[in-house]
Amino acid sequence: MRALTGLAARDPRVTFLTGDLGFSFVEAFAARFPDQYVNIGVAEQNMAGVAAGLALAGRVVFTYSIGNFPTLRCLEQVRNDICYHRLNVKIVAVGGGYAYGALGASHHATEDLAVMRALPEMTVVAPGDPVEAELATRAIAAHVGPCYLRLAKSGEPIVHAAPPDFAIGRAITIRPGRDCTLISTGAMLPAAAAAAAELGRAHRVDARVVSMHTVAPLDAAAVRAACDTAAIVTIEEHSATGGLGSAVAEVLAGLRGHPPLHRVALPAAFAPAAGSQAYLLERAGLTTRAIVDGVAALLAPAGRGASAADPA
Amino acid sequence: MASAPPGCAGRADAYRAFARQIRAESLRMVHRARSSHIGGALSVADIVAVLYGGVLRHDPRRPDWPERDRFFLSKGHACVAVYAALALRGFFPVEELATFYQDGSRLAGHITAGVPGVEASTGSLGHGLAIACGVALGLHRDRSAARVFAVLSDGECDEGSTWEAALFAPHHRLDNLVAIVDYNKIQSMGTVKETLDLEPFAEKWRAFGWNVREIDGHDVSAIEAALSAPPEGGRPTCAIAHTVKGRGVSFMEGRLLWHYRPPSDEELVRALEEIAGA
Repeated sequence: MRALTGLAARDPRVTFLTGDLGFSFVEAFAARFPDQYVNIGVAEQNMAGVAAGLALAGRVVFTYSIGNFPTLRCLEQVRNDICYHRLNVKIVAVGGGYAYGALGASHHATEDLAVMRALPEMTVVAPGDPVEAELATRAIAAHVGPCYLRLAKSGEPIVHAAPPDFAIGRAITIRPGRDCTLISTGAMLPAAAAAAAELGRAHRVDARVVSMHTVAPLDAAAVRAACDTAAIVTIEEHSATGGLGSAVAEVLAGLRGHPPLHRVALPAAFAPAAGSQAYLLERAGLTTRAIVDGVAALLAPAGRGASAADPA
Repeated sequence: MASAPPGCAGRADAYRAFARQIRAESLRMVHRARSSHIGGALSVADIVAVLYGGVLRHDPRRPDWPERDRFFLSKGHACVAVYAALALRGFFPVEELATFYQDGSRLAGHITAGVPGVEASTGSLGHGLAIACGVALGLHRDRSAARVFAVLSDGECDEGSTWEAALFAPHHRLDNLVAIVDYNKIQSMGTVKETLDLEPFAEKWRAFGWNVREIDGHDVSAIEAALSAPPEGGRPTCAIAHTVKGRGVSFMEGRLLWHYRPPSDEELVRALEEIAGA
């Protein structure tokens, strides 16, 4: 919101639409920029259509809601009205993955990356920490064309000690490494970084960590570069169907020989119970431990990561 | 810029002549393409003729002129009528109409942006009014004098999204917005009444806060009066245009079949004769 306030102050075209959500943090924006703000009401189809119209009238429009409401609820408007016309509409969803865990599966955004990246013209960004989120907000505002920004909830740990060089479509290497590559998107970045530290400590595996904050267009060069390592692991708080892991697999499928790919993702299923984000992630196997074990198993045949346990 | 001859009677004659041209070109396009939806193109032809013949401020040489009025055909399947009007007004060559529906053409079977003069692509129903609302809101806040027109089908008033937009426009006092419903009373599978009755229709729009004008959608003077009247009370305008599907061709009028069928060679000749003699 701070990034958006700065953008709106500098550029009167920047306009913020909400689907009646954002209590206690959009009010200040609304009061300061009445000509750049509309609460559309609980009407996401209309929000997407109105956003398209405002963009046709020259504005840079942000639509905001939570979970699947600004994406799946109005998917055809996003496709036909926004993407088909390649309009300057930036769709922002808070609550990626299981962020609204206990609210139930209606509020779990677990297929959004797959669906949004399937749309022509759509840029899909899932920043890895609050630092990337702020940089991504500025980047999508400057980018011409439709964007989807998938945010976590707030209060996520900061991974970047200093603001990195951020560009849409260019992955950020958080940590160099020669043995394997952990490619993470969205709020799994801290888990990926922790897994890399653990791999080094307990398994003497030198893991590279890449923040793939842009899922579409994917940084294929970063995926090809990962082929220098013995294994690739994708990590995402998203269904195993169609998200980051699938996107990386699409790049690898076009290569002649590549390291094995292990996808750490949610099962393509609805959450089996109510529960906090941490509980549901644990149940789905999206933990630092699971990432470490996955990498160790992948590297075991090569006799590197699991050498201590290997009788040969 | 639109240049209508002076005098009401003269203007009405010019609109009627333009509507005859639009109908004839629409019939030729659908016949040549073996495509469909001629019934809904004929029902909206007089409305399109009045819009492009006089009401809309536009400049065919500058389709992106910032001060232009905006037009959205939410019932995108009736595109032949608008393609014909745009070509006849000089937005693109009339000869290009012959490419409608053909491989490689920019004239697709639902109205498509990129064609000079077309503001937005539609085709899926229930999208146009929301887009028009967004444009109207943007122009309103930019203090533009341009107006925004959207033509809806009656069938797409089944869509909930149409009513989301219908709630939105009066709330935001979009008096620069005019929705026109081509109320030809027939939708894809039968009559509106038997499919999903819209009545009391005018009362619905009125209750949502629109300034409603019910008109005969084939009376060019009534259409012109309804669409050019200044807005009242800061409200958007909804013109409910009572029309006849297939209007102008006796054997197509009021018949569902012509939502789907193109005319045969012989039917085209008869249809064009009827249009020319109207």
